[in-house]
Amino acid sequence: MNNHEKWVAFYTILRREIRRFMRIWPQTLLPPVITMVLYFVIFGQLIGSRIGTMSGLPYIQFVAPGLIMMSVITNSYSNVVSSFFGSKFQKNIEELLVSPVPNWIILLGYIAGGMCRGLGVGILVTLLALYFTSFGIHSIPVTIAIVLMTSLMFSIAGLINAIFASNFDDISIIPTFVLTPLTYLGGVFYSINLLGDFWRDVSMFNPILYMVNAFRFGISGITDINIIWSFSMVGLASVVLFLFALHLLEKGSRLRS
Amino acid sequence: METPALSIHNLTKVYEDSFKALESISLNVKKGDFFALLGPNGAGKSTTIGIICSLVRKTEGKVSIFQYDVDTDFSTAKHLIGVVPQEFNFNQFEKPIDILVTQAGYFGITSDIASKRAEKYLKQLGLWEKRNDFSRNLSGGMKRRLMIARALIHEPKLLILDEPTAGVDIELRRSMWNFLTEINKSGTTIILTTHYLEEAESLCRNIAIIDHGKIIENTSMKSLLKKLDKETFVFDLAQEISVCPKIKGYSITLSDQNQLEVEIPKSESLNGLFAEFSKQKLSIVSMRNKTNRLEELFIGMVEKNLESEKIRDE
Repeated sequence: MNNHEKWVAFYTILRREIRRFMRIWPQTLLPPVITMVLYFVIFGQLIGSRIGTMSGLPYIQFVAPGLIMMSVITNSYSNVVSSFFGSKFQKNIEELLVSPVPNWIILLGYIAGGMCRGLGVGILVTLLALYFTSFGIHSIPVTIAIVLMTSLMFSIAGLINAIFASNFDDISIIPTFVLTPLTYLGGVFYSINLLGDFWRDVSMFNPILYMVNAFRFGISGITDINIIWSFSMVGLASVVLFLFALHLLEKGSRLRS
Repeated sequence: METPALSIHNLTKVYEDSFKALESISLNVKKGDFFALLGPNGAGKSTTIGIICSLVRKTEGKVSIFQYDVDTDFSTAKHLIGVVPQEFNFNQFEKPIDILVTQAGYFGITSDIASKRAEKYLKQLGLWEKRNDFSRNLSGGMKRRLMIARALIHEPKLLILDEPTAGVDIELRRSMWNFLTEINKSGTTIILTTHYLEEAESLCRNIAIIDHGKIIENTSMKSLLKKLDKETFVFDLAQEISVCPKIKGYSITLSDQNQLEVEIPKSESLNGLFAEFSKQKLSIVSMRNKTNRLEELFIGMVEKNLESEKIRDE
């Protein structure tokens, strides 16, 4: 395939992915918006007004970046895991496997699809947050870079999960038992400075903590963690996961018998 | 020597559970051929097709499409093949037009060109009116035709069809045969697997029979049919009889009071048989082949292979 054909193939996968999540918007776009409205009403306004400030910010302004990041993470991940596994389950992944599309284009196409949904939902949640509170942006480059890198990383992770999954339970185990606890314990709702030394040290092993804090720094200039660490960790993890996913596709693991 | 459309050399496939699906098979399919790959269930046909289109990883051997190796020149090789699998493997929630345009995109074909081709093939296969329906709502025959259209969208030079007419009614089957014959006449090499041996006999010029992972026959359809040393005919009689007639050189059974089954060796003629019927004052109303000729040969070969496998195992 020449470069133009590769571009057409990439664009085709991306267009198909966007068409998929737009077609089923009541399943893909509406639920995170409703969930986030509840978070903003309950944690931001009802309980938040009694909590007062967190790290010097009104509580609703403290949780808003975390909630935006949470929706980016879960939607990037779930878009790729459900779309890729759905293709495997229906066997229409074979349409791609019999075509001359290189594996790295397949990978990039699915990642871009996941990022489109993750970032799209992120924008919707940001608009919602602005309805409930107001905030500026402390650093545009940091905000954009960390949200893009996080979405990228979780899109790749979703694809790896889908490759290994052999039934629908397998694609809900990681989001339910790994991603959700890590997100809730990842500094979305509280500053880790509130924790004792032991739990603070344990929290440092949670990758989502780094992403949430870097994003919060981009929005409000406040962070519990050095954002250089955040970028290094997310960057390194993305590269490792990308290479691993590519290796799985090249090997045809669980895709070619 | 002309470049073969497909060249398979010493192809072996052993699955993870140690099942040997293919044992060092070699096969050449000529450019422009209409080729039948036959075999009983589990013989290795779908594994062979899977390896050709890279859905199955081979254990050993070499596969080339118009001399392009599927491992080293995979991009060129894949551009040259179109595959219609046995099972429906398109997204049931997408529309036929989107399925075709998307598939073309995977081959680097832009959507404006793909849309024109999709219109052409959907019209030729009688699916144009259904282009915007969800594909899960199509009938079984329509789904099969959609898969043929999808396989043709990048205009491959080699089209491989794995039981394309399974579950399709006879009228539709015949219209699909006409379509495939036209595609073949326009220069596309076709490899067909089917359980309808009448289909293979009427469409294909060359044939390979695969059984237990080995090629047990690879020849032209004409040469194969010449190997048939006897044929069984069914004769409907005008009158009812109770005793089976005896005619020298022919094996006759009375299957019904007014129906005879006669095994006619290649050395004997139908004229001789009719002469004997006249002598015995038997009046024939109609006659037909008991089974398709190829079917008779196929069953004989597979049974013979099964016996030799048993002897070898003992």
